[in-house]
Amino acid sequence: MSEQPYTTVIGLEVHVQLSTESKLFCRCNTKFGAEPNTQTCPVCIGMPGSLPVMNRRAYELSLKTAVALNCTIPEFTKWDRKQYYYPDLPKGYQISQFDLPMSADGYLEISDPKDKFAPKRVGIIRAHLEEDAGKSVHDEAAGKADSEIDLNRTGTPLLEIVSQPDMRSAAEAKAFLQELKLLLTYIDVSDCNMQEGSLRVDANVNLHIEKDGKVIATPIVEIKNMNSFRAVERALEYEAPRQYREWQETGRQLGEAPKQTRGWDDVAGVTRGQRSKEESSDYRYFPDPDLAPVITSAAEVDVVRESLGELPADLRRRLSEGYSLSLYDADVIVNQGREFADYYLAVAGASGNPKSACNWVTGPLQRELKEREQTIDSFGLPAQRLAELIRAVDDGRLPSTRAPEAFQLMVDKGSDVAAALAELKIERVDETALVTLVQELLAANPKTVSDIQNGKFQAAASLIGQAKKKNPNVDPNRVRELAIELATSLQ
Amino acid sequence: MSIVDRSATELRKLLATGELTSIELTRACLERIERHDATIGAFLRVDAARALDQAAAIDRRRQAGEPLGPLAGLPVAVKDVLCDRDTITSCASRMLAEFRSPYDSTVVGKLKQADAVLIGRTNMDEFAMGGSTENSAFQPTRNPWDPTRTPGGSSGGSAAAVAARMAPLAIGTDTGGSIRQPAGLCGIVGMKPTYGRVSRFGLVAFASSLDQVGPFATTTEDAALLLEAISGHDPRDSTSINQPTPRYTESINKPLAGLKLGVVPEHFGAGLDPEVASSVRAAIEVYKSLGAEVKEVPLPHGKYGVAAYYVIAPSEASSNLARYDGVHFGFRADQSAALAELAAERQELIAAGKTAAADNVDAPLVRMYRSTREAGFGAEVKRRIMLGAYALSAGYYDAYYLKALKVRRLIRRDFDEAFQQVDLIVGPVTAGPAFKLGEMVDDPLAMYLVDLYTVSANLAGIPALSLPCGVTKAGLPIGLQLQAPPLAEERLLRGARMYEAATDWHTQRPSLGGAR
Repeated sequence: MSEQPYTTVIGLEVHVQLSTESKLFCRCNTKFGAEPNTQTCPVCIGMPGSLPVMNRRAYELSLKTAVALNCTIPEFTKWDRKQYYYPDLPKGYQISQFDLPMSADGYLEISDPKDKFAPKRVGIIRAHLEEDAGKSVHDEAAGKADSEIDLNRTGTPLLEIVSQPDMRSAAEAKAFLQELKLLLTYIDVSDCNMQEGSLRVDANVNLHIEKDGKVIATPIVEIKNMNSFRAVERALEYEAPRQYREWQETGRQLGEAPKQTRGWDDVAGVTRGQRSKEESSDYRYFPDPDLAPVITSAAEVDVVRESLGELPADLRRRLSEGYSLSLYDADVIVNQGREFADYYLAVAGASGNPKSACNWVTGPLQRELKEREQTIDSFGLPAQRLAELIRAVDDGRLPSTRAPEAFQLMVDKGSDVAAALAELKIERVDETALVTLVQELLAANPKTVSDIQNGKFQAAASLIGQAKKKNPNVDPNRVRELAIELATSLQ
Repeated sequence: MSIVDRSATELRKLLATGELTSIELTRACLERIERHDATIGAFLRVDAARALDQAAAIDRRRQAGEPLGPLAGLPVAVKDVLCDRDTITSCASRMLAEFRSPYDSTVVGKLKQADAVLIGRTNMDEFAMGGSTENSAFQPTRNPWDPTRTPGGSSGGSAAAVAARMAPLAIGTDTGGSIRQPAGLCGIVGMKPTYGRVSRFGLVAFASSLDQVGPFATTTEDAALLLEAISGHDPRDSTSINQPTPRYTESINKPLAGLKLGVVPEHFGAGLDPEVASSVRAAIEVYKSLGAEVKEVPLPHGKYGVAAYYVIAPSEASSNLARYDGVHFGFRADQSAALAELAAERQELIAAGKTAAADNVDAPLVRMYRSTREAGFGAEVKRRIMLGAYALSAGYYDAYYLKALKVRRLIRRDFDEAFQQVDLIVGPVTAGPAFKLGEMVDDPLAMYLVDLYTVSANLAGIPALSLPCGVTKAGLPIGLQLQAPPLAEERLLRGARMYEAATDWHTQRPSLGGAR
């Protein structure tokens, strides 16, 4: 059987836990990691007679996110009950949003600085707010077949963001998730911690296979259980050829098989079929009569839009246009997160040298952070100090060759530039003194002089080491320049 | 006149002046319960010791000159559907037979705050589903006027308790008529306030968009007193209306000048008992004699009310009752029995060579759900869960649930238009007087039609009230229903009081085994 070209079609469903102090419909704490069932109350465990009351803050955060995702915000949104039986769903329904979500029709722009794919807009079908379920803990220890339920998470606000099937490769899917996470952290609506479950991703994927001038779509598979962006990327890279092989074997097209759910096994590096849903589930959605609809005026949306601050895409643009950084550099800085970008902006502003600031923060500074396993907000070198260092180099007080030493000292000892210069005994070398020094060296090295005079300018380099021995503060470039200039003038 | 025959308003005065103590009053009520409740079955639980303790504490505080709440020392019976942290809240269901809530419902909290004596918990149809109190998992309640008959339902226990003078006041809930209908059948006053006027927090939900808590009393003044104590905005209930509660007790005796009364022609159609019809017509004449202008107002969509109600209420109920699955609280069926049964089923199928079928028997969890709900719920509750789950199912939702919501809007619009022309609407509360116990238990549809005159107020969310307006030749009370626009409880009570002041039907009481 001949190989047919195919396109991988990917849509993502992302559940984001919003950074609220309390749950969506009660005042229980949402902090991760507490003892099981210690962050519960009659409302979130669904006791008879209890009633939900919407946490306004959760709605505000979801509104902020939806606006940042360029979504349309309808004036009217309501709550619906999604009904199913499961022990970690104490009410027998989840309060969610069905036909009138709080936002729809947005997009997120993604690109790859290394041009692995062309920049594109990924559509957002909708983003809606819902409460999380609890957690079932299945104790499979020998002799025990008990399942235990932890309801701490029950009622935690989740924003479900559903993308259009606009992504065409694992790399695009990963870029979408990275950009989404960056956006969410820039606007401070979620910590997006995948390990703690504050960001969960399911992927819907199928293939469009070109055959005999027609496009054949394969059945859609939903992939679950991916616990990192890398896992999403790997799962999708695995899944596309698997679906292709399956299509070759079965010939099954979209609509000829029910939607399958597969789980990603990160250790084995494969997706495995999970028990397929017998029929499409009937959740018997209906409007929750315990909650009032939420009305949001256009003016409120405008206020949110104005309060968003600069989003990652805008900042990238500003860095490349206003600070003359390459798109690649702008991307590196912005992708480190809001604090890092702010640090860069402070250094660039105070030093007046955005390019050098970029080199410092993306080079030595980033290396230092990595080595120390630190983030920028706990880093010992304030932006103002780094800016001073850049200024010292720019005005010649600090030879660029010695700048790394000074940087290291400032980081290690928390010193300022002046102290670092003093400790390293770095002084500005007076031009006349330097000329005298080079003249002496030339006099002592006639071979070098003649080499230079014969056009072998590289011979000048041999004087640099000698000059540094006499005075460690000399600027090697200047030594070289002077050597050439003076030797030539001796002719 | 025995002390229990006095109205709450009178008792309050006697308590205030010291002519009566709460202990004396509570004891009198307890004696009354002791004497008659074996027959009537109004109460599921009476905690005499607790009630007497509360009464004694209030008496002491009164003697010490401490400020007391508006219901200080008055016994109040509470339908067993409103959570009270000091007792079980069973909803007359096996499912919650042992359920103790760790919180007070807002209404019970307000009663405690008002220094009421919580004398006991009254019987009801299971989860408030029914119109005869025969759906209680524990006991039937009998009508004090004729123990072979129903007190109505679902708040039959509360209505019977007040009618039998076992308590001067009681709390009920009304989802489709569950306060007004039993009030009518028991010859007392019962009121359903505007949806949202009284908090639903801690009220175990039947149909959330329709449920409303309200008072039972022997007079409109007493109903006003109790309503005033339990009303008010509650931040814990998102559907609670944020409006101040008027002082109903202060205005109730002011007649409504220039009252325009609406009469709905459709209310007097086929099926209305002639004695009820003539009592209601007589009541309208009384109003005319009091200067009211009577006008016909159509409520054209009212005839679809019962149909819409029996889609919406069961739909919400099917969802509200999903939580009773044996996992987190309430009843759980015996699991070893259920698992043994499951194993036996599998064995049988395997022995018969039906291995595929054997693989398809319930998972243990599913069997736990099934056995728990099978044993925990009564027949009517299951019937409504099935009706509701069906109406909300994919493919049926539009035809049933959505259609019912449209009808609901039209009914509300009918009322809005009618209330442009009239201040109150007057009519029957039930088509006939109390029916015999067992008369309709095998005919759920006939039972549903009992709600004909009452469901529209719930669907529209408007306040409505039932008060005595006659007694049949057979000696059964007849109720008169008054309906008012949203939040017009004050008008409703004043309008009812006008009639009450001009008649003496409210002074009639059941003989309870004495000569009729």
